[in-house]
Amino acid sequence: MRPYRPKDNVQKKSYYTDRFWVAPRVPEEPVEDGIFKEDLASIKKAFKIKRAYIQRGQLVIIIEAKDNVDVLRHLKERGYDVLSEMSAIDYLAKDGEFEIFYQLLAMSKRRRIRVKCRIKENEAIESVECLFRSADWSEREMYDMFGIKVNNHPYLKRILMPEDWVGHPLRKSYPLHGDEAAQWYEVDKIFGKEYRDIIGPEQRDPAYVSTKDTCNFARITHPVPKCADPNSEPERIEVFNDDAPLVETFDLKKSKIVDKTR
Amino acid sequence: MQQRNRLEPYFENLVFEREDNKMVVNFGPQHPSAHGQLRLILEMDGEQIAKAVPDIGYLHRGMEKMGENMIYNEFLPTTDRMDYIAATANNYAFALAVERLLGIEDKVPRRAKVIRTILLELNRIISHLFWLATHALDVGAMSVFLYCFREREYAMDLMEEYCGARLTHSAVRIGGVPLDLPDGWLEHLNWFLNNLPEQIKLYEGLLTENRIWRMRLEEVGVVPPEMAKSWACSGIMLRGSGIEYDIRKEEPYELYDELDFDIPVSDRCDSYGRYLLYMEEMRQSIRIIRQLIAMYKDTGPELMAHAPEYISAPKEDIMTQNYSLMEHFVLVTQGMRPPVGEVYVPTESPKGELGFFIRSEGEPYAYRMKIRAPSFWHTGILQDLLPGHYLADVVTIIGSTNIVFGEIDR
Repeated sequence: MRPYRPKDNVQKKSYYTDRFWVAPRVPEEPVEDGIFKEDLASIKKAFKIKRAYIQRGQLVIIIEAKDNVDVLRHLKERGYDVLSEMSAIDYLAKDGEFEIFYQLLAMSKRRRIRVKCRIKENEAIESVECLFRSADWSEREMYDMFGIKVNNHPYLKRILMPEDWVGHPLRKSYPLHGDEAAQWYEVDKIFGKEYRDIIGPEQRDPAYVSTKDTCNFARITHPVPKCADPNSEPERIEVFNDDAPLVETFDLKKSKIVDKTR
Repeated sequence: MQQRNRLEPYFENLVFEREDNKMVVNFGPQHPSAHGQLRLILEMDGEQIAKAVPDIGYLHRGMEKMGENMIYNEFLPTTDRMDYIAATANNYAFALAVERLLGIEDKVPRRAKVIRTILLELNRIISHLFWLATHALDVGAMSVFLYCFREREYAMDLMEEYCGARLTHSAVRIGGVPLDLPDGWLEHLNWFLNNLPEQIKLYEGLLTENRIWRMRLEEVGVVPPEMAKSWACSGIMLRGSGIEYDIRKEEPYELYDELDFDIPVSDRCDSYGRYLLYMEEMRQSIRIIRQLIAMYKDTGPELMAHAPEYISAPKEDIMTQNYSLMEHFVLVTQGMRPPVGEVYVPTESPKGELGFFIRSEGEPYAYRMKIRAPSFWHTGILQDLLPGHYLADVVTIIGSTNIVFGEIDR
């Protein structure tokens, strides 16, 4: 019987895991005596912060999702005026939530902060496009890849996938091999569903050789003329003489013997 | 029987809207100067652009999804296909992100660091030469294209001599480099570096004071500093707007803190200023590589970091010691398991800030891999940059943003 695989997370799993192995963690340093002390203190005054720590030299702040615009505005006023990256992480299978992260840069101070918040699957997040224009495309990409709705976004539309695409590719539940709609996308779109049989599935094997198609492929073992009827009998090649392969009829008298010493 | 295609014949590139006298021009996705598969939907008011909507995604290959379903070493050659003009910059950005996640950044041997930095700067020269060639061709200077491609060919020969590939190098590995420089390579590199300044002078002679070139580039594609910051521009798009921020200087990685080089900045904010920066950056790269050649002599023979739980042992150990062989087998078949945590690592690629965000859950597969490609935002900025310009300037502006579609669509 085929083993059961969870459908909500189809990401590849390691085929062997030691039961007693505990993964080490990237150290999380306290903020208290670091360079980020003042930044954190000023945010803490105004907003509720769930957790804050420094990981690999960057401050990570975990906030409430409803505060995202206000916290980012506060940080922008403190010099973190570049939103270099934002996206989401899919924790639907584990916690039923998305984690959204905003990666901010303060050019004057050479510091980077990552602001994170979590939302439920059916919740929407407020757009930060009013603060950073770069969020325009980032939020569109996040919507496209995860299906996270963004409120007050000027043009919330798919950006990388076609507009009529079904599903959100970076969700962990999105199949790795493409479903039926994905497989027939071009055929359905251009010709219609009824042409699936005529056109046939896309052949993606680079070493594919068709035995029926005599126009594009020679038959490896039984050559036929180009574009011959695929059902025609292949040309028979006369059976070789076992004693002298590759010579049709071997006659010693007709043959010439070359220099024996070679 | 031939069936009628469902795509009705219509004027694909032109739509006339009679009401407001605006014309919609569909620029691309197969336009020769769109630098890949960029589709721009331009609303024209006469010859001027009233509204521009960039449409991307024609080269989307789902690299982030691939990165989440491949072991780390497996994914490295895939990163070649992002910014395929300077593949080593991608490989390096990924390798550095994983190294920082593993915490073995300091364990990379010095010789590997020297080689990596040489390759990075050589790739910067290759990328800038390619940019100049195609940009000049777009604007109409055909001869520059041929001269630039000749020099680029020499640089690619160097890459080929080192790693065997001309475009998709994969010459950097997580934890170091796989190969030492071949005999005589540094002499060849020296020959190339001695030849290049003369050639740069030649390009500048053809372009810098050229009346047509200046008319086409000056005051075209003006990016004010606030707009550059707001759109998260990086690299030359940022420095061309008068903001001095180069990750090599500000957040140094590899050997950049030991090297002596300048960051050119221009406050002209237009395409011409950016062109001047590209030329100067090539000179600075030459300067950097010259220093690195001197450094190479004082390095030991090690090429890969010694971190047995993450990086395979050297070949000699694998062939002679049983335990090294076992570890190597596990690392190749199952992959390394980085600690639980996340990193965002920015690097200065020839196009701008190329960063990898990696979330690891302690599995051999990354839980989330977000690739911050600079060209993505440099394309987004077109919707704010193009309105008000003439149709003929669109090509200049696309050229001067230096976008590469492998990186935008990933």
